[in-house]
Amino acid sequence: MRNRKIRGLIILVVLLVTAYYFLPMVVPNLPSFWTTKRLILGLDLQGGTQIQLEVDFSNSELSEKEREDAIKTAYEIIRNRIDQFGVAEPLIQRVANTNRIIIQLPGLKDPGRAKDLIGKTAMLEFKFVASSEQMQETYEAMDKFLQENIEKYDFLEEFTDVEETEEVVDVLGTEEDIEDESYDNAMIFTDLTTSEEGIPLQIEHKHIAKLKSLLKDPLFLQNVPTGLQIAMGKENKNDPYSARDIYILHRKAEITGKSLENAITRIGQGYTAKDKGPYMLLEFKKSGAKKFKNITGQNIGERLAIMLDDIVFIAPTIESRIPDGQARITGNFSIEECHDYVIVLNAGSLPAPVNIIEERTVGPTLGSDSIKAGILAAIIGMAVVILFMIIYYGLSGLFADLALVVNVAFIIAVMTMLEGTLTMPGIAGMILTIGMAVDANVIIFERIRENLRDGKTIRSAVDNGFSRAMITILDANITTLITALVLYQFGTGPIKGFAVTLSIGIVGSMFASIILVKAIFDGFVTNSAKDKLSI
Amino acid sequence: MRFFGKTKIDFIGKRRIAFAISLVIILAGIVSLVINKGPNYSIDFTGGVSMELELTPVKEGAQAVEIQAIRDALTNAGIQDAEIQEIKGTEGRQLVLIKTQAVGDMKDKTSTKVIDVIKKEFPDNVDPETLIRLQEEVGPKIGEELKGKAILAIFWALLGIILYIWWRFEFTFGLAAVAALFHDILITIGIFSLLGKDISLSIVAALLMIVGYSLNDTIVVFDRIREDLKIYRKESYSSVINHSINETLSRTIITSLTTFVVVLSLYLFGGSVIHDFAFAILVGVIVGTYSSIFVASPLMVEHFNKREKKLGTRGKKR
Repeated sequence: MRNRKIRGLIILVVLLVTAYYFLPMVVPNLPSFWTTKRLILGLDLQGGTQIQLEVDFSNSELSEKEREDAIKTAYEIIRNRIDQFGVAEPLIQRVANTNRIIIQLPGLKDPGRAKDLIGKTAMLEFKFVASSEQMQETYEAMDKFLQENIEKYDFLEEFTDVEETEEVVDVLGTEEDIEDESYDNAMIFTDLTTSEEGIPLQIEHKHIAKLKSLLKDPLFLQNVPTGLQIAMGKENKNDPYSARDIYILHRKAEITGKSLENAITRIGQGYTAKDKGPYMLLEFKKSGAKKFKNITGQNIGERLAIMLDDIVFIAPTIESRIPDGQARITGNFSIEECHDYVIVLNAGSLPAPVNIIEERTVGPTLGSDSIKAGILAAIIGMAVVILFMIIYYGLSGLFADLALVVNVAFIIAVMTMLEGTLTMPGIAGMILTIGMAVDANVIIFERIRENLRDGKTIRSAVDNGFSRAMITILDANITTLITALVLYQFGTGPIKGFAVTLSIGIVGSMFASIILVKAIFDGFVTNSAKDKLSI
Repeated sequence: MRFFGKTKIDFIGKRRIAFAISLVIILAGIVSLVINKGPNYSIDFTGGVSMELELTPVKEGAQAVEIQAIRDALTNAGIQDAEIQEIKGTEGRQLVLIKTQAVGDMKDKTSTKVIDVIKKEFPDNVDPETLIRLQEEVGPKIGEELKGKAILAIFWALLGIILYIWWRFEFTFGLAAVAALFHDILITIGIFSLLGKDISLSIVAALLMIVGYSLNDTIVVFDRIREDLKIYRKESYSSVINHSINETLSRTIITSLTTFVVVLSLYLFGGSVIHDFAFAILVGVIVGTYSSIFVASPLMVEHFNKREKKLGTRGKKR
């Protein structure tokens, strides 16, 4: 009798806790203290973007501790940037013991901007544009280098056979000049960086990838004349397929982001294209302002390129000394673009480059489709199982159905209590549990039927059925639990969600079928004078 | 209501036929895997870009977009060999699925490029609010890692199961159960290969789920075998085990049925995201049920018979 009291108490507590956490799902307008904990919908259900980043140490020789610090700094800076970006409830997490960071941005429709924002190292540099002699020298050097090493750069093949040079050979026609054919053909770099309209220092959009690979190639870079650098201009956001400018610059940075005090977005009110629209206003620290004053004062007439992350934004000619330590970056900016750069400039630059290694976005329409579909599938599946159990097992089936409903409420309640995240695979796990949860009761009922068939009394058929089935149920469920735990250990986001609902479901179904249904049976069998059991 | 009374079906006697059937199905899958050079891994494992876009006409008089037009636009922008496919959308929505290998590294953002091209070429069919339904871009490094992780996960799950069954039953029971699990996984992967379906991260989760389900089923039968072996000491192993299968048959069928029904509901109504996952589990429920009756238990008969020949302890001395 004492055991029964304890059992009754356990059932009561579990049901109350379940009801407490489950009710906010179905009853609106509960007092606020009741709804502090809630079930969070995963990105795949509410829509949003998940980005996984890796801090890239491949080009740096940092000690273990320095790397650790670099990751922490990167994390802080990225968090800063995301906070200013203005998404509701972003989640930024470092993956434990790795150099990776996961960012979740719920409700974001266009991940492009966020990715740009995160990936920017925001290295601000002011560099002088090379003189025309130096440009000439660079072009000759690069043309020569590419001609001699063309076999290493097969993607440049289309620039090696130029029809016009054949004509030249035809006109001159001498043997010496045929030898010179290679020289005539040798303007690969010049051709690459001349637009289709014949404007030099411009690259067609379709060739940009080729130049990018060259600028990443160590051998190519070694052959750029000492002290000089080749850089690309900013793309035109209004016409992304237009040709882009090429710059030859001095490698040395005159001023860097370290001297920057503050950056703000301003909107120009002028009438010329240059003075109209959003621009960035940079304000230097005292020391930086002094340096800026000197540099501008000593180099009037020179062009000073302003670069962000190795891209030249503008390269204005210095017209006069700039004493107030302010610089403007103008260009074909959209206001968002301007705003994003300002965020990055102010949040500081990353200690090492970060690479996006994974990105997943679910649009809001797919998310809401998934929720609707998941609920529909759950309701239909559950209805069929509930009906089947009643038809097949009669009143006992109804008891099992009760256990099933309790189990589903239990899963949702525990998820809410743990403030877990419900994902689509999580819903799938729950639906699967609906099918499997009745298993424990099926095992018990089949045992009881067997016992009754063998001529046992109802009382002993029920008791024996439960106690015998219990061993089977434990063994079967524990092995499933092992797989669920492995899944959890292995899983990334969505799979974890599946493993969690499945595990809770297994525990819940054991409670519901072994303890709850047994209590109902006990009450029913003891209190009923009937000599028949509906099973 | 009752589907089964006391059945006396001779499952064990037919075990050789069952083994042959299993072997044929597994071989068909393996042949397909060999021809296709391994399973069709999704971008989760290979790296690449996968996106689902909505291109329902938004302007009056706009036409649905031809798949070929998308292919041409992408090729012009330097994205070759994209796999483009139209999928059924509700309420007459036009949805397309685009998969490509990532061009260059992740910094070049192939997915952003695809979006730019679509926005530019098909402005009459793009509503920026609903254009992107799903956009996934996975770097090759992550893919490789996940592959390793997935294999490790399956390994650990199987090891854990063998150890548990060893502890609760006997080592050979564990081996037989795991053999049945391999049977189920091989058949499911084979069927996926035959149908040209991708193995994604969620399919690996489904495979582990099948492992869990099939095992659950097998253990219920094993449990009865363990019990019956103690009760019917004088009967031969094959007749005891056959008896156990018959006794649990009703439960096996009913549980499989209820599970099958809910997963079918998930498959039919659960939406595109969960479709292949549900399909894998549907296959798994059928195969897993079959394997606990026709693979795991008969394997135990084979094992016991071998031991019996060596020791000759059963039925005679008692």
